[in-house]
Amino acid sequence: MTAAWTLISAFVGALLVLLLPARSAGLSRVIALVASLVGAVAAGAACWARLQHPSAAVWSLDRAWIPSLGVRFHLAADGLSLTLLLLTGIVAVAGVLFSWNVEERPRAFFAFFLTIIGGVFGVFLSRDAFLLFAFYEIVILPKYMLISIWGSTNREYGAMKLTMYSIGSSALVLVGLLVAYAASGGTSFDIAHLAATSYPASLQAWAFPILFVGFAVLAGMWPFHTWAPTGHVAAPTAASMLLAGVVMKLGAFGALCVAMPLFPQGFELWKPVIAGLAVVGVVYGALAALAQRDLKFVIGYSSVSHMGFVLLGLAAGTHWGLRGAVLQMISHGVIAGLLFGIAGRVVYERTHTRDMMELQGFNLRRALPGAAIAFTLATAASMGVPGFSGFVAEISVVIGLWPQFPWLVPLIGIGIIITGAFSLRALHKAFFPAANSSAFTALPPLTWPEFSAITLLLVVSLAIGIYPQPWMALIDDGLRSPVFHSILSKP
Amino acid sequence: MLLLSLYLFPLLAAILLGIRPGMDRGFASRFVTLLAVVPVVIVAAIGFQTDASWSLPWLPDAGMNLAFHVDGTSWLFLLLTVLITLFAVAVSVSLKIGDRAYFALILVMESMLCGVFTATHFIPWFLCWEMTLIPAYLLIRLWGGKGAPRAALRFFVITLAGGVCMLLGFLVLQWSVGTMDFAELSQLAAKRELAACLAKSFDATGLGGHTLLTVAAVAVFLGLAVKIPVVPFHAWLPAVYAEAPTPVTVLLTGILSKMGVYALLRIFLPIFSEVMPGFAPWLTALAVATVLLGAFAALAQKDLKRILAYSSVNHLGYCVLAVAAVAASRTDREEAASAVSGVVLQAINHGIIASVLFFSVGILESRSGGSRGLDDFGGLRARMPVFAGLMGLALFASLGLPGLSGFVGEFLIFNGVFGLVPWSAAICVTGLLLSAVFLLRMNRKVFQGPLPFAMAKWSDLTLGERCLFVPGIALIVVPGLWPQALLQFTNADTIRLLELLRPIP
Repeated sequence: MTAAWTLISAFVGALLVLLLPARSAGLSRVIALVASLVGAVAAGAACWARLQHPSAAVWSLDRAWIPSLGVRFHLAADGLSLTLLLLTGIVAVAGVLFSWNVEERPRAFFAFFLTIIGGVFGVFLSRDAFLLFAFYEIVILPKYMLISIWGSTNREYGAMKLTMYSIGSSALVLVGLLVAYAASGGTSFDIAHLAATSYPASLQAWAFPILFVGFAVLAGMWPFHTWAPTGHVAAPTAASMLLAGVVMKLGAFGALCVAMPLFPQGFELWKPVIAGLAVVGVVYGALAALAQRDLKFVIGYSSVSHMGFVLLGLAAGTHWGLRGAVLQMISHGVIAGLLFGIAGRVVYERTHTRDMMELQGFNLRRALPGAAIAFTLATAASMGVPGFSGFVAEISVVIGLWPQFPWLVPLIGIGIIITGAFSLRALHKAFFPAANSSAFTALPPLTWPEFSAITLLLVVSLAIGIYPQPWMALIDDGLRSPVFHSILSKP
Repeated sequence: MLLLSLYLFPLLAAILLGIRPGMDRGFASRFVTLLAVVPVVIVAAIGFQTDASWSLPWLPDAGMNLAFHVDGTSWLFLLLTVLITLFAVAVSVSLKIGDRAYFALILVMESMLCGVFTATHFIPWFLCWEMTLIPAYLLIRLWGGKGAPRAALRFFVITLAGGVCMLLGFLVLQWSVGTMDFAELSQLAAKRELAACLAKSFDATGLGGHTLLTVAAVAVFLGLAVKIPVVPFHAWLPAVYAEAPTPVTVLLTGILSKMGVYALLRIFLPIFSEVMPGFAPWLTALAVATVLLGAFAALAQKDLKRILAYSSVNHLGYCVLAVAAVAASRTDREEAASAVSGVVLQAINHGIIASVLFFSVGILESRSGGSRGLDDFGGLRARMPVFAGLMGLALFASLGLPGLSGFVGEFLIFNGVFGLVPWSAAICVTGLLLSAVFLLRMNRKVFQGPLPFAMAKWSDLTLGERCLFVPGIALIVVPGLWPQALLQFTNADTIRLLELLRPIP
């Protein structure tokens, strides 16, 4: 039951923010913070409880919703969902803290923000494909609004591109789901039911790529990734954090928990293609990031590269590959949130530029030491230095990949090296002065909300990196679900 | 628990330094010197413990644990780490380099280095190995000279690339053998089962076990070779050693380069012993190239720091040569034992000698206001007799004068190597001669000849500077006269290593 509070708090919070009278609009951020804190704490408590009693029954809620179609309101919270809920909660709290000083129409801003969070919580909890799709759609509109109203660079273009991609990919998902629904007898959208049906191999061969690509577009799979960098750059900071941190994970979650279990034979057939595209994404994203001048574009392309690891883990289809993919989802969620928070909020708010050549003139190392330290640590986390979460996730993916695609591993190695190069280049250009000059004009130091958000995200990344055991236990708990048997039981 | 405190104390101290704004420079430097003494005490206390180890399950279902253990050899390297760190901190204070962030980074690096020398499993070892890179990068980048940004970036990217190769090499083993524990892998290798395991797991690739193990060995070697560095992976080194501030160069040459030697001897050699017969000739060739190129390049340099940088390449080349010789031969235990002991002694002694030498150059640099060309100085013996004596002693130790510590390591190495790979050893003797040439030339150019006008008013070492020299010089003289002081700690480990390498059939 604890897990349901995530969903309730987000939607109730959104409603409360909307109902606020105009003169107390400033209160909206407090409500948003409380709502997202309740969500994060509820998710954390549910995770803790699950770890203490791993054999207890999974909490679930199953009510009839649209009986004529066999659609049910079916939520369940196994370990896999819970870790992703916790990630969402943490990124949400950090997002509110980083948006503490939003002045323009704060009520609408936080209402949209909480709606996205609620939709994401809903997707992670859904066990009915139709319900999942409904939550998936809830996210799209507020995303568009956040970018087009509060966004920055090229926001109309970014928002429109992102929305077009989202709607297009949703259409693919819908087609894929309807195919499965019809082929399974048209009685139920329940994912377990759909996955238990065995579809003819010829149908799987064409239905799988439709469903998978539909989800993978949102996960930033190359060559459908182009919405991600422009969208991330155009979005206001909190929205970039949500987009890169959790919304991209919706796509990966759908691919893992819907597309792959539904059409396992299709997956077997297509997985070399997915793995190939994912590796291209890893390397291409890193190379593109190396060529950017805008700090946010660097982070945007790095997201494409990091999400490539998630897709690689999925394509491996092994136990290690899948747990690595989920762990990378969590790790990237935290790290991308951190990077966007620092670059988009802490630095941009004070310097009004994201161009790395201009930033170099500010000598941020002296002018804003707190941000420089935080970005240094975030850079280390992003390049997968051991001790941070990215490392555990990446080696799990690689371990999972060996048996399936050993030839791809050297390419991943190259991707990791380029990631190191571009991360360091960004740090070195944006935060350190050109010739160790000590001249600078002081900028306002970190505020408390910024400091707490940075600390929260860094601590989570370090905690996963140093002691990944509980996270792995939770993920394994989810992967034990019968839904995944058809994928994992393969030799 | 004592061991855990050795990792945690410097980290906590670094955080303490980091979050205390408003601490003035003078207080910060006194405070950090005090903080750097504590790890020395901890290491000394560990020396009295019979069995110091600590571990934490990381991913237990893959057999990955954060496991650490101290034996005699790693204790010596720990001692080297904490002493050199203390020395570097004291030198920074004396040369007035650095602020709070700088000292915090040095402490973080110290903690990670202690981890590198004690980890018994790949994961914690690699964690610490890579984590030393970030403080090192920042220290060079932010406190270095004009060319530092470029040098630091190159250092980072080359080392990172080496690290990734190494990681992939070990992941091959994890996937096929199911463990990355150094002891377990060495045991398997000693039983000649590692290649078979690899062949079985990578059946699909159609490559033999030996080929696969060689690929993994090459990948791991690349990571180590970059760090030591072995020619031709040394491209980052001269610029970094020259541009980094003196105390950081002391850390780089005194400890960071030893990470590579330590791992080459204690991790690489036993785990990949199965493919060593094929690998050894290449390793020998690289070692000879390292020794000779280091010596010739040092001869050609005009910058004191660059001369010492290449001299470090040359000296560590002997360590690589000894490892290669042990790898090449399968039978001779006595000579191999001599070579292995030589590697450890050479690594420790070179760390101390090079630190003293770089500190001496740092003093010259601070007196002359930044110039450190070979021809910038002259006749300083007249103005600075004490300094001339102390630096001269370190120079002689570096060229291997009997009675000083540099000699024992090189003697043991050559004693072993001549029996194992005589021709390569003979070629490397040229390196010994050349190092005598460039080190003596350095001594002559700096301390003899006419005194330049600008240096006529220079004063000799202050009391504080003399105090900094004392421990270094003592650690050069004592092991030189009494090598058993160090060898008693390593003998048991040497025998254990050789048993792994030469299993009795």
